[in-house]
Amino acid sequence: MVAFEHVTKRYGGPDAAPAVDDLSLTIPAGEVCVLVGPSGCGKTTSMKMVNRLIEPSAGRITIGGEDVMSLPAVELRRRIGYVIQQVGLFPHLTIGDNVAVVPRLLRWQASRIRERVDELLEVVGLEPAEYRSRYPTELSGGERQRVGVARALAADPPVMLMDEPFGAVDPIRRDRLQNEFLRLQEQVRKTIIFVTHDVDEAIKMGDRIAILERGGTLAQYDTPAAILANPASEFVERFVGADRGLKRLSLARVRDLELIEAVPVRAGEDRVEVRRRLDRVEELTYALLVDDRDRPLGWIDRHDLAGEGPIDPSAATPGAPTVERETTLRDALSALLGSSVQLGVVVDERDRVLGLVSVDAIGERLRAPVRSADGRLHEVGGPLEAAL
Amino acid sequence: MNEDEPFIRFDWIVSNAEEIGQRLGEHVLMVVASVVIGFVISFGLAMVARRYPQTYGSILGVAGTIYAIPSLALFVLLIPLTGLSVTTGIVALVLYTLLILFRNIVTALEGVPPDVIEAANGMGYGAGQRFWRVELPIAMPIIVAGLRIATVTTIGLVTITTFIGLGGLGYLIINSGTRRFFPTSIYVGVLLCVLLAVLADLALLWLQRRLTPWAQAREP
Amino acid sequence: MDLFGEGIAWLADPGNWTDPRNGILLRLWEHVSLSASSLLVAGLIALPMGLWIGHTGRGATAVIAIANIGRAVPSVGWLGIVFPLTLALFGRGGLGFLPSLIALVALAIPPMVTNTYAGLREVDRDLVEAGRGMGMREMEILRHIEVPVALPVILAGIRVSAVQTVATATLASIVGGGTLGEFIVQGIFVRALDRVVGAAILVAALAILTELTFSFIQRRAISPGLSGGREWSPMDPGQVGRTTTD
Repeated sequence: MVAFEHVTKRYGGPDAAPAVDDLSLTIPAGEVCVLVGPSGCGKTTSMKMVNRLIEPSAGRITIGGEDVMSLPAVELRRRIGYVIQQVGLFPHLTIGDNVAVVPRLLRWQASRIRERVDELLEVVGLEPAEYRSRYPTELSGGERQRVGVARALAADPPVMLMDEPFGAVDPIRRDRLQNEFLRLQEQVRKTIIFVTHDVDEAIKMGDRIAILERGGTLAQYDTPAAILANPASEFVERFVGADRGLKRLSLARVRDLELIEAVPVRAGEDRVEVRRRLDRVEELTYALLVDDRDRPLGWIDRHDLAGEGPIDPSAATPGAPTVERETTLRDALSALLGSSVQLGVVVDERDRVLGLVSVDAIGERLRAPVRSADGRLHEVGGPLEAAL
Repeated sequence: MNEDEPFIRFDWIVSNAEEIGQRLGEHVLMVVASVVIGFVISFGLAMVARRYPQTYGSILGVAGTIYAIPSLALFVLLIPLTGLSVTTGIVALVLYTLLILFRNIVTALEGVPPDVIEAANGMGYGAGQRFWRVELPIAMPIIVAGLRIATVTTIGLVTITTFIGLGGLGYLIINSGTRRFFPTSIYVGVLLCVLLAVLADLALLWLQRRLTPWAQAREP
Repeated sequence: MDLFGEGIAWLADPGNWTDPRNGILLRLWEHVSLSASSLLVAGLIALPMGLWIGHTGRGATAVIAIANIGRAVPSVGWLGIVFPLTLALFGRGGLGFLPSLIALVALAIPPMVTNTYAGLREVDRDLVEAGRGMGMREMEILRHIEVPVALPVILAGIRVSAVQTVATATLASIVGGGTLGEFIVQGIFVRALDRVVGAAILVAALAILTELTFSFIQRRAISPGLSGGREWSPMDPGQVGRTTTD
């Protein structure tokens, strides 16, 4: 949907070092492409060439197949949403008028504009009646950021450019804004070019990531999972961080694993019966002790189930960490490592036991081959392995 | 001056009310004409300086030099050029407003936050639209503040025009006042001057507030 | 334009300069001495006041009031108000120098007070705290930290006052104070336009010279480490508290 074809930008004569060097990539419609890299890598420059705030020195950029140069720049920009770090809300306009800027430039009908403004304010989580007539100075940083997003969405542009939009807020608020934005994107499915210097944000937000190096060259362009599993060069490997294994774990969730069947037992149940149930589950050597409301209390080793009679609750190892299906594998691993038996209990929203997960299973997932953006499966490794 | 004359002769004020009103009118007219013309010219100069930033220093230098010249001297020096008429007065008064207003307008426009300008560009405002709909409104409070200073300054300067025969409140202060050793006239003139300045200042302050509802909004 | 020529001719005639009763040199001396004394007296009043208000931060309302009065009352107004009073109080002695001095001082005070105040207020509070933390006394903080940092603005205020005083001194002639304004005012009266124009040229030159001199001093007196921040130009009137310019 948005394509860069051999785009280069040079400042100063033809002998100057390029800010963006022969960039070619295609962003499918409805996906978020994150441009990420160290300062001086040309990520913001590249993004700004899409709405022609910066004109390329060579190459071309197309949106939906059409060259961006085929329209007057001002018209082009009215069809592209633009969000910057400091937001740039117009201080002399109310929130409502700020959001309405592009629709007004496009001469929409007044009633349609009014509806759209209220609709968007709701979407970004700001009560229209309360915020519509306020001024930017009255809002907090996080609220202003949301208005900035609403403003960019106002004319319903197919493409949006976002330059470190969440950079100016504190980490807690940033996390919330990112989550809300991801939820929003699921509904609206815009084609988005997102610039950030934070590789963790890139991994979280991007359907694809383009890692750029200083000097404006593209180091790797792929899905986050593929990049983390197979960095294309030493630079990429260093850039994504030594903990890329753990980072990959935050991309997957408990629901992506096959659960081990749990054997929940209550105090007073018969040992022989429990042994029999346990034997039916392959590789499971612990029974899960639960209370009278089926909440996990601890583990009973099979060895402690020898003999006859009711089970002995005092023999149980306490500590049965619980996780949910939506928990990332990274958080799950963190919880499980605290348990001496390396097992965790998966529960639903009503705390009912759904099954078990093991540290081993998580590790196995890390070692499984990864599918890259072009559809091919790759074995997990780094540039060194790839060279072998 | 007669020593046993009362301090202020109210009867004189009453019997000369018409002339006092006339002088006041002359004064107001000259102030309004000078400030308005001065503003238009300063605005134009500010546009020039925006388009060609290298001219800013020179324009400022010329305006500043003129500003340093004592008003009486400037009025006199213009006489060979514009004769002994209202034109001379207005020209000089306009020249005096230039420094204040030119610099003020340029500074005000430069004070628009750069991220607002970038957002405006990115959203698809053309340069002209951006100027009139974004930059100028935001710069308005400072521009009006500059107008306040220019207006009050000009009100004071107009008093000097009496020396070249242009009347105004200066006439009451100098001609019928100091020259004739007649304090009442002096006080009336000065008082009206001060009142005029205060009223003009307040009126423009009101205008400033009206134009900028967002500046009154309270921060979170 | 030949009026200009007449003015130059009048200036060129040495006799006009040395005339003992109404010579240019005499009037020039009156002008300069009146201006200088007024500036000095005003400075002695305004600067300590401004330093005090600026350092302690108290009295902002008073400062604003001073500035506003200073701007609203025209220069001739001051002369016009003071003159009857001095005349009533001192008789013949209340003519000429005294009322001019008082009026000029009154006019010169506001720019210096407001600029000094504003300049001190703009000094980063962290610097002051650092000084206090190091054990400096209030006067030392003022002397070694606040004033040096605020110097550009303070000097700008003095410059504004100086130029204004030189300009307004021209009008002292209406209360018998002489000065170069005498030529202009008298000249208009008797229609001797050569001396009107000639004196006007001289007065203008004097004022510009004052402006340039104080600008020079202002530039020289600023520590090289301070230049950043405020945009500056040789004709910068210093914004704060600028009153009339007669």
